Amino acid sequence: MSAEPSSGAAGSPSDLRDFWRRFRANRLAVLGLAFMVALVVVAVLAPQIAPYGEAERSSVFRGPPSWDHPFGTDGIGRDVFSRVVLGSRVSLKIGALATAISLIIGVGFGGLAGFFGGWVDGLVMRITDIFLAIPYIVLAVAIASVFGRSQNAIIVVLGLTGWLAIARIVRSSFLSLKELEYVEAARALGFSNSRIMFKHILPNALQPIIVYGTIAVGVTILSEAALSFLGVGPQDPTPAWGLMIADGKGSLSNAPHLVLFPGLAISLTILSLQMIGDGLRDALDPKLR
Amino acid sequence: MGDSMTTSPRNGPGTGEVLLSVQGLVAGFDTDAGRVQAVDDLSFDIHRGEVFSVVGESGSGKSVTAMTIMGLLPTLKVSAGQILWHGRDLLDLPDEEMRAVRGNQIAMVFQDPLTAFNPVHTIGRQIGEAGRIHRGLSKKQARLEAIDKLGLVGIPEPHKRADMYPHEFSGGMRQRAKAAMAIMNDPDLLIADEPTTALDVTVQAQVLEVLVAIKDEIDSAIMLITHDLGVVAGLSDRVMVMYAGRQAELAGVNDLFYRTHHPYTLGLLASLPSLVGSDDEPLVPIPGSPPSLVHRPSGCPFHPRCASAEDPGRCASEVPQLRIVATDHLAACHFAEEVASGDRDPRTVDRGAEA
Repeated sequence: MSAEPSSGAAGSPSDLRDFWRRFRANRLAVLGLAFMVALVVVAVLAPQIAPYGEAERSSVFRGPPSWDHPFGTDGIGRDVFSRVVLGSRVSLKIGALATAISLIIGVGFGGLAGFFGGWVDGLVMRITDIFLAIPYIVLAVAIASVFGRSQNAIIVVLGLTGWLAIARIVRSSFLSLKELEYVEAARALGFSNSRIMFKHILPNALQPIIVYGTIAVGVTILSEAALSFLGVGPQDPTPAWGLMIADGKGSLSNAPHLVLFPGLAISLTILSLQMIGDGLRDALDPKLR
Repeated sequence: MGDSMTTSPRNGPGTGEVLLSVQGLVAGFDTDAGRVQAVDDLSFDIHRGEVFSVVGESGSGKSVTAMTIMGLLPTLKVSAGQILWHGRDLLDLPDEEMRAVRGNQIAMVFQDPLTAFNPVHTIGRQIGEAGRIHRGLSKKQARLEAIDKLGLVGIPEPHKRADMYPHEFSGGMRQRAKAAMAIMNDPDLLIADEPTTALDVTVQAQVLEVLVAIKDEIDSAIMLITHDLGVVAGLSDRVMVMYAGRQAELAGVNDLFYRTHHPYTLGLLASLPSLVGSDDEPLVPIPGSPPSLVHRPSGCPFHPRCASAEDPGRCASEVPQLRIVATDHLAACHFAEEVASGDRDPRTVDRGAEA
């Protein structure tokens, strides 16, 4: 509708309104956003919402869903609903912090590689190749054996293995953006490299970072669940969703609710983040305006 | 300070303090095809207060010269020469000191105003940034000064415009804003690399007038790079014509237009549309195209296209050196005097061949 060239990223209030109008057009993305907002509220208020403590036991073992225990109870009598609710904190914390670490490393390395090119680029890209060659599960097991099994260890593991794609995305953005005339102009004004990188190029490269970062939170939560399932993640009684599925997998036939509810929580969370990511990509992509 | 250093006799006329002195600059790029000699044996001075124009076809080395002065071509290999700025060789300056010169003492206005602003920051912030970096202004001071500069380049309601984003500006306004950005720190030298190529003709004149007015206001000099001889005629004090990375002619603007000593300059003038001639007078193009900078022609680089060249002869075998051909007038042609007197006017030679 507008004839003027699109500005790179959202800046003025009218851009933000425009952005929301386009995001809203994607029903699934709005649905995902609603679910994530609800999940964050649940996580914040988890101790108030959960009727029981994370390690509080009742006398009913592997009890099916009931009024007292809406999601049933697990093998040692703990309330599954409370643990799923409390587990949202674990998942969101790990997902957010590990993604933050990935973003910092990925943007830093990718930015350096794209901005300076040459041997810096070669070095960074070889490092990502090396990391890509190591399955993150192997790395996770190795790091967990050093730091022990804890939430912090898994955050470090996922953060250290999740930055590769981000680095590549940022690198390619920087490679094309640094050729633009305003970057040349910034150089001609005598600005330092770090200023040009962070104040002039990075804000223009934010769109793909935002989109990928959103999806990466979901991927990280899934990885956390996988690692917990393998027993490399947080330890019992931490109410991690993956750990709960691992505990319940033995009694899938007689107590499916032990796997079903934490499994649903993981699936819905990741699905929501994916849909938000899709919606953001469509709303931020200047070519689709 | 500044005019104490020795200047070569090839610098041509000019008055006022010497700001910038390029001496014997030889520079090029290494490519797979071989060395591209983008600039070959270039020498000139720029004096305070003047508009020094650099004219030539695409690929003649105009922009490379400007970018070399700014130190903005990391892949360029300088094999000889000096670029003296206030007596210091810019080619030897460490990165940090060079950054203090760029945007502060020497500033540049780029060709395309549409992409020259960062879309995510306001115009005022981008203009003010140079003041914050080089003079340590606060955000508030920088904004106020940016508003001043926007007013100076003739942008109406600068206090409102400063808070707008680049896409809210028209092309002409953006180019003026770009000029405001370049003069933020009152630079001694303003390098304008084809500042009006992307603009409407009507806006071109306004932008150029603004640049010259600013130059007088802050008592600096302008190095104007263009291929538009009309622009040159109206604004310049001195003109340097470049061809294939070498100087063809360097003279005061009137001398260059009315006492032309180089066949290439004559060719450029002949290819210019005239408003006073008859309607059906044809434009006379220069035949051929500029030579490859990897495999240069022998002798004078212009001789394969020159209607008055002696080939075989001196023009094909001996590179003409830039020499004094008249008072304050330099040219690099073996037959400069004959060209000037009309004995070797390529146009007459050309027409003679056609008839």
